[in-house]
Amino acid sequence: MSTGTTHIETRTGVYADSVTLMQISKRLAALEGITAAQVAMGTPLNIEVLEGMGLPAPVGTGPNDLVVALRALDDAARDRALAELASALTVTASSAGLDGGDPPPRRTASALERAAQASGGSTGTPLVVVSVPGDSAFVEAHDAVTAGSNVVVFSDNVPVEQEIALKDEAARRGVLVMGPDCGTAVVSGVGVGFANVVAPGRVSLVAASGTGAQHLMALLDAAGIGVRHCLGIGGRDMSAAVGGRSASQALRALAADPSTDLVVVVSKPPDADVAARLRAEADELGVDVVWALLGFGQPDLTTAAGQVVEHLGLPAVTWPTWGTDASTRPSAPALRGLFVGGTLCDEAMVIAAESLGEVRSNIPLRPEWALDVDGAGRWDAGDAHTMVDFGDDRLTEGRPHPMIDPTLREERLLREADDPCVGVLLLDVVLGHGSHPDPAATLAPAISDALRRGGDRGLAVVVSLTGTKGDPQGLERQAAALAAAGATVHLSNAEAARHAVQLVPDAVPRKNTATDEPTGGAR
Amino acid sequence: MSASNDQSPLQHLLTAEPDVVTVGAELFADALRDQGVAVTPVEWRPPVGRTQEALATVVGDPRRDEANATALHRMLSAGAELVDVLPAAEALDLQPGSFLHAGPPLTVERASGPMLGALMGAVLFERLEDDAEAAERALREGRTSSGVAITLDPCHHHRAVGPMAGVVSPSMWVFVLRDPVHGGTAFCSLNEGLGNVLRYGAYGPEVIERLQWMSRVLGPLLQLAVRRRAAGAGPIDVKAIVGQMLQMGDEGHNRNRAGTMMLVRELVPELMDAADQLPEGLGLGDVADVVRFCNGNDHFFLNLVMPACKLAMDAARDVPGSTLVTVMARNGTDFGIQVSGTGDEWFTGPASVPDGLYLGDYGPDDANPDIGDSAITETGGIGGMAMAAAPAIVRFVGGEVGDALAATRAMYEITLGEHPAYQVPILGFRGTPSGIDVTAVVRTGVLPNINTGIAGKVAGTGQVGAGLVSPPTECFTDAIEALAKAVPAS
Repeated sequence: MSTGTTHIETRTGVYADSVTLMQISKRLAALEGITAAQVAMGTPLNIEVLEGMGLPAPVGTGPNDLVVALRALDDAARDRALAELASALTVTASSAGLDGGDPPPRRTASALERAAQASGGSTGTPLVVVSVPGDSAFVEAHDAVTAGSNVVVFSDNVPVEQEIALKDEAARRGVLVMGPDCGTAVVSGVGVGFANVVAPGRVSLVAASGTGAQHLMALLDAAGIGVRHCLGIGGRDMSAAVGGRSASQALRALAADPSTDLVVVVSKPPDADVAARLRAEADELGVDVVWALLGFGQPDLTTAAGQVVEHLGLPAVTWPTWGTDASTRPSAPALRGLFVGGTLCDEAMVIAAESLGEVRSNIPLRPEWALDVDGAGRWDAGDAHTMVDFGDDRLTEGRPHPMIDPTLREERLLREADDPCVGVLLLDVVLGHGSHPDPAATLAPAISDALRRGGDRGLAVVVSLTGTKGDPQGLERQAAALAAAGATVHLSNAEAARHAVQLVPDAVPRKNTATDEPTGGAR
Repeated sequence: MSASNDQSPLQHLLTAEPDVVTVGAELFADALRDQGVAVTPVEWRPPVGRTQEALATVVGDPRRDEANATALHRMLSAGAELVDVLPAAEALDLQPGSFLHAGPPLTVERASGPMLGALMGAVLFERLEDDAEAAERALREGRTSSGVAITLDPCHHHRAVGPMAGVVSPSMWVFVLRDPVHGGTAFCSLNEGLGNVLRYGAYGPEVIERLQWMSRVLGPLLQLAVRRRAAGAGPIDVKAIVGQMLQMGDEGHNRNRAGTMMLVRELVPELMDAADQLPEGLGLGDVADVVRFCNGNDHFFLNLVMPACKLAMDAARDVPGSTLVTVMARNGTDFGIQVSGTGDEWFTGPASVPDGLYLGDYGPDDANPDIGDSAITETGGIGGMAMAAAPAIVRFVGGEVGDALAATRAMYEITLGEHPAYQVPILGFRGTPSGIDVTAVVRTGVLPNINTGIAGKVAGTGQVGAGLVSPPTECFTDAIEALAKAVPAS
């Protein structure tokens, strides 16, 4: 037992609820010099507790009496505790009770439930945009589909069986799954993901390729053609496994849309059977379609844009370029393409391969052309023609897409400039919502630097610039900055690629490879 | 379909500028806002544990939506009427030496102090042994000195629930409740009051004497009153009282004051009417004792709230594909849950020590890990889930009224529906968050709020405080894996 002082008193006519008193007791017990403190109403239980503490309540204490029991090391500590008690008891109920309202939704399902409650079902269900890691994308997208919402799945690395399950469920419920790995969508004038600002029009896109769709929209914009919708369907939709599930739904919806006059279907090299089925479906629906399905012997995106122009009865377009290559004739042999857009890379490789044969790549047109590019964007291709997609999964693990973060590509640009084998550099720049706010700000100085380093061997830089007049980065401003740095800038990716190929010294067309079917197996 | 003008959602998308819900990278929400689009961002986090694959399987189970709707409907529509009060031997067919306990299955070797204390008390109460030492030995050896075999079994395996240690022995009396909608029956012991009581692990002479009085006087008189009431005006509608108590500042777990008063008000007239039919040996003084006992114990009604919730949760059992939690219960060592779609399987993890306020000199070091079947109240959509109905309770952890509201609001994220009969006035009479969904818990990491009493960890101590606690996450991550295994291959 301590040798200190004990204080026990009963106060009548004082009441506080038990929780408040427990809190006060705790506060007093925490004071320096206090070894025990119990402030409680004199209920039988509390009296028992006090006895157990060796602080018996005065005889006659009843449940309506407040008992104050303290054990202190000295009188000063006791007095401090009593003062503390006085102030604690005079603090009236705080002004608490402020309600922060509902916490933010934590699942797509709850966000949609709340939206439905708020609107009372008077408006359509919201569009859902999913960009969580691929292993969680199905769950969020499934919430959307079962709530009757259309959904854009930006996430990649979604297992293909989950994609199929999701799309089957969506078809049952009359909603569209745009994705997974859908980089771009424009619905009723709203751009989702990486999307360019386009004027409203009567042409709609079904796109199994994000940058492909962006590029087509940019070309149409330059031709004065507006876009009604761009329904992304995900890079894998037109594969044999997925079988064009979303493509078919999108095509049917657009066929029924009275404000769509013409549909453009754009895809990386699709499965041949799926493409054939879709063509038959379009015929059956009686909808006018321009097909932009990349591959050897297929029209490139610029050709497809030209077909749209022609279909609409507009005069043929000369695609804009900026800067000149005047007298530049590189003396070094290799062409190097450094891309942020996978489909733009694909298209450039098809064009280059027609003239140059083998083009090594991390997304090769043929498996035997595969190039091992590590996660930090390093590779050694010797003096081979090479095109690398910096947007490929392996190079974006744990870092933003190169359309947002240009660091890796710009580092590589300077390495290529220092490589005596390299004569021509081909780059793409993609503008629009979601992309870097000012890509030329760092790329233009890097190009100047590269041209300076490679000047003695006549290094040339060709840029494919995908953007529209309305894009927030300013198409003309970006083009002017890149041209001023010494690059030749093309709006058409195909023209940029052809230009780059022409600059390669001793470019020998190898007709035997040009008409071969692509295997596409490495994708 | 909620799209307007008879359009399919896809057609609607193509004709009107959409509102957008974003989940994932903030970049997308920002880019949409820049275009003047109304955006609702989801505050997403990766799921708990490595459960992505199992979650995808369970979420994609085509049976799930309907199964959960069925389970929830059964839960919310279940009734609860007090139809009888009986000795456990009769109601549960408990044989001498058989003891029920709270929570998932438990062996004596793993029993915590309060559980062991309560079991020892029950052995003494049943006169199977004469002193505490012998009682403990009998429990450890599984046989009394006179050769009676001792068996332990969870209350939940017998359609029963018990607060704290939840020990039920054959001579104890139990409430008998019936669900008139689904025909279920549930049982719960009679509440002993606060302080040194068996359910908190105390087994001293005063504890045993009280239990004896409860069997000799309280049980028989309650039986008389309950049977008279059932035969006359009809059985007491416990579900209706629970609905009312939530509107009077109770949440049905740590605060049962209004509920107790409403029950007593029903019982007293029946007891008075029966003054000339009292069981042999009982007089009006005993009637007064019973009324005083019930009235003086603010938690008396807890033991009716619990079986009412048990009836609702049993109604929701065994719906294939349902991810609705049907049991949350603790035995002082383990926390266990059961899920509708996986039937009787327990998913357990170590019970944690509640965060709370302590009586007298007691502190967290004196506290036993979480114990009791009373989390059936949270499972049923009240208690900690209905914290906003009882702001006084949140102050056990130094919270304010706003915290009580926030606590309940957070629970709607992990529940399948709102209770039509149990409402929270301060939230505009919104129904309480009901039907905990395993998938939602695993996806959000938000755990159910549970209000609880705190037992001393040393056998024989009794109550040391009260506070708040959450289940261990592994109950839910194990459950999602089991649910995924139960999804038929498509």
